[in-house]
Amino acid sequence: MSKINARIPEGPLAQKWTNYKDHQKLVNPSNKRKLDVIIIGTGLAGASAAAALGEMGFNVKNFCIQDSPRRAHSIAAQGGINAAKNYPNDGDSVFRLFYDTIKGGDYRSREGNVHRLAEVSNSIIDQCVAQGVPFAREYGGLLDNRSFGGAQVSRTFYAKGQTGQQLLLGAYQALMRQVNLGTVTMYTRTELVEIVLVDGKAHGIISRDLVTGELQRHFGHAVVLATGGYGNAFFLSTNAMGSNGSALVKAYQKGAMFANPCMAQIHPTCIPVHGESQSKLTLMSESLRNDGRIWVPKKKEDAEAIRSGKLKATQIAEENRDYYLERRYPAFGNLVPRDVASRAAKERCDAGYGVGATGLAVYLDFKSSIERLGQKTIEDRYGNLFQMYEKIVDENPYETPMMIYPAMHYTMGGIWVDYELQTTIPGLFAAGEANFSDHGANRLGASALMQGLADGYFVLPYTLQNYLADEIHTKRMTTNEPEFVDAERAVKERFAQLMGIKGKRTVDSLHKELGLVMWDFVGMGRNKKGLEDAIQKIAAIKKEFWTNVRIPGDQSGMNVELEKASRLADFIEIGDLMARDALNREESCGGHFREEYQTPEGEALRQDDKFAYVSCWEYKGEKQEPELHKEELIYETVKMVQRNYK
Amino acid sequence: MEKLINLTLKVWRQNGSKAKGRFETYKVNNVSTGSSFLEMLDMLNEQLVNEDKVPVAFDHDCREGICGTCSLYINGRPHGPDDDVTTCQLHMRKFTDGQTITIEPWRSTAFPVIYDLMVDRRAFDKIISAGGYVSVNTGGVPDANAIPIAKADADEAMDSASCIGCGACVAACKNGSAMLFVSAKVSQLAMLPQGRIEASRRAKAMVAKMDELGFGNCTNTGACEVECPKNISLSNIARLNREFLYAKFQD
Repeated sequence: MSKINARIPEGPLAQKWTNYKDHQKLVNPSNKRKLDVIIIGTGLAGASAAAALGEMGFNVKNFCIQDSPRRAHSIAAQGGINAAKNYPNDGDSVFRLFYDTIKGGDYRSREGNVHRLAEVSNSIIDQCVAQGVPFAREYGGLLDNRSFGGAQVSRTFYAKGQTGQQLLLGAYQALMRQVNLGTVTMYTRTELVEIVLVDGKAHGIISRDLVTGELQRHFGHAVVLATGGYGNAFFLSTNAMGSNGSALVKAYQKGAMFANPCMAQIHPTCIPVHGESQSKLTLMSESLRNDGRIWVPKKKEDAEAIRSGKLKATQIAEENRDYYLERRYPAFGNLVPRDVASRAAKERCDAGYGVGATGLAVYLDFKSSIERLGQKTIEDRYGNLFQMYEKIVDENPYETPMMIYPAMHYTMGGIWVDYELQTTIPGLFAAGEANFSDHGANRLGASALMQGLADGYFVLPYTLQNYLADEIHTKRMTTNEPEFVDAERAVKERFAQLMGIKGKRTVDSLHKELGLVMWDFVGMGRNKKGLEDAIQKIAAIKKEFWTNVRIPGDQSGMNVELEKASRLADFIEIGDLMARDALNREESCGGHFREEYQTPEGEALRQDDKFAYVSCWEYKGEKQEPELHKEELIYETVKMVQRNYK
Repeated sequence: MEKLINLTLKVWRQNGSKAKGRFETYKVNNVSTGSSFLEMLDMLNEQLVNEDKVPVAFDHDCREGICGTCSLYINGRPHGPDDDVTTCQLHMRKFTDGQTITIEPWRSTAFPVIYDLMVDRRAFDKIISAGGYVSVNTGGVPDANAIPIAKADADEAMDSASCIGCGACVAACKNGSAMLFVSAKVSQLAMLPQGRIEASRRAKAMVAKMDELGFGNCTNTGACEVECPKNISLSNIARLNREFLYAKFQD
């Protein structure tokens, strides 16, 4: 028997989730109080899971590294959240949302999981409205929808350009209500530093209080990781500064498989890099592609003149502009999926048509929409995004086109989970961006919010309960068990080792070095030679880190450099795993583009006969290479074809 | 166009909540005017670590102006000398070559300093916990379009809901009042039919918690509105007062 069993329920696709819910095990109310659930992270997945499980009566401990659960990076999601409501009556359905997600993911996700996601999408919108989330409405008082990439229907619900903020505040408020009722205990400014296994099952964590530096032990009947993605391995990304992959690495090193680590999304519309001191990149919502048109100059000499400051975008005549997405993909135009849009921008810039001082930028132009709809309408739709752009770049996007370039944004890969969102470690679950399950090789816009809330509000409350039903016989342990003592000792030793290096390099300088390797070799265009080089270079950075990093201060009390160093050590492991996975996957699919595998038109060329599987990497110890396991992807409903957005 | 400037920084350093704080002076050179204020602080910290000194601790996370984590009193203004931005969105083009910049943490009884420029804002979570929500459980709710809401009301609720919980309003207020923060949440939920049902209960509970946590009284100076990075309007406070009085009359 393979170690990998997705445990998809039997039955027709549309009945699987209903069948599951009808037959799962339940826990009676008096037992729920006796069961402790540890949830790491307070983003959409973590906060919604903590709130929902608290409401059900479980005893929840919820952790976050920020000063408040409301800060989690879900808050920064701008554009919207998908659901199959079909309110606009444009032909949408649960099946179509399912199909678009499978296709958008380039046929590398599971049918069963994705169908469940589409099924629960409508309940999410109902739930959020009931919580008082102020979604955009039409004059008749009903909810408004907009379009997003990879779909020909309008199924995206939104709250100005702050949808993530409003959904997260909804979940946060539901969570704080449970804190008030005593079902959830919050631990802020507290970081998971180790997962504790007892008899092979996840039964607790070691955490570090980021203010006092103190290590703490926590027992749980189950542990849920909802800590988001690992895009900050690239140093520059749209993630928050604190976003990190350390919880995933801890899980991986304890035996949970890491699935599809190379599947990462480079978002096409971000504000370009301005210089050396750049600390992060700012996303400009995909929703802007509803009304903005992407172009570069048709003539190379115009592009050169723009780069040297002799010409302005507004001086290029209409006939000398190349709206390359509309030209290449007439059916979807500016609304092609993110991976396609990002590669197309890179292709034009690499060919010498890029704009901006660096030549690594393309235009996103609202001129024709402003002419058609008026500035007021554009302001209503995107006002806060335009303001944000102006504050950063010091240019008015109502007058001159925005400049954008792709940037690291989201990781589809993550900890492997089965249909119940359980990892290969019993009792350890992963939700939201932290798991790998629903987006395959590319995530569609407005689907991250959907997945985070689906996992937290509507999936885990069932599947976790099914697991906990068998845990009612496990008594609450004291944290003096040897497994806790040993885990805490190992953490202490690791921190002591880091503090003891006393080298010369700052954490950030090493992180930037890693980021450049990732961007150059494990970014939008990957090839065999480059990936082999990347693995060598990452190994060298790892060696340099462990022999020459400098962390001032000491282990007790607050030490921000120590926090960063500990996270960087884990990003280095992730970087290595991403490169290995990308090297192994000899095909192009979604966000994973191997230059050796492309169609004559430069589109991604999958190798379904060889790679229609999920890559699951098993940790084999510090000195050994990880072992690859495969979960075959079986498509019973959808036929795998080459994606076509033309 | 972008250029490089040299700066003198006077930064508040405090080695823990119980320690005595002091200003330290640092020089940071060759800062690009295209950099953000926090990127300038990153440069300072890189410099300090290279000198084997402990870097300055400050709160920050998304660096997109939405998470509400960053704070800082810069030259006497919360979030510094630009309008409608958080500190992470403040750019160095707002400063001149040779300028001295004073950087302090939020100063308020209800937000004690934790370390250097970091403060403890958990009081805001406690206020929300006291009643800043609609009391619905997950599942079993009506269809999202079952209750139409006038667009104007939804838009106004959205404006109130834009609050990022950064605490600039409290820091700007001479009384250290949290009225703008509390009123924004009370208003958002009171304007929507889903939240209207509990409006009185919510207003009373949140105000009581605010008072209990040591925030000061509102004397309508309006400093909070001026410094709010998200333009939360004073009219929210008027609405809160209305809700609160109405609730008291009902008692």
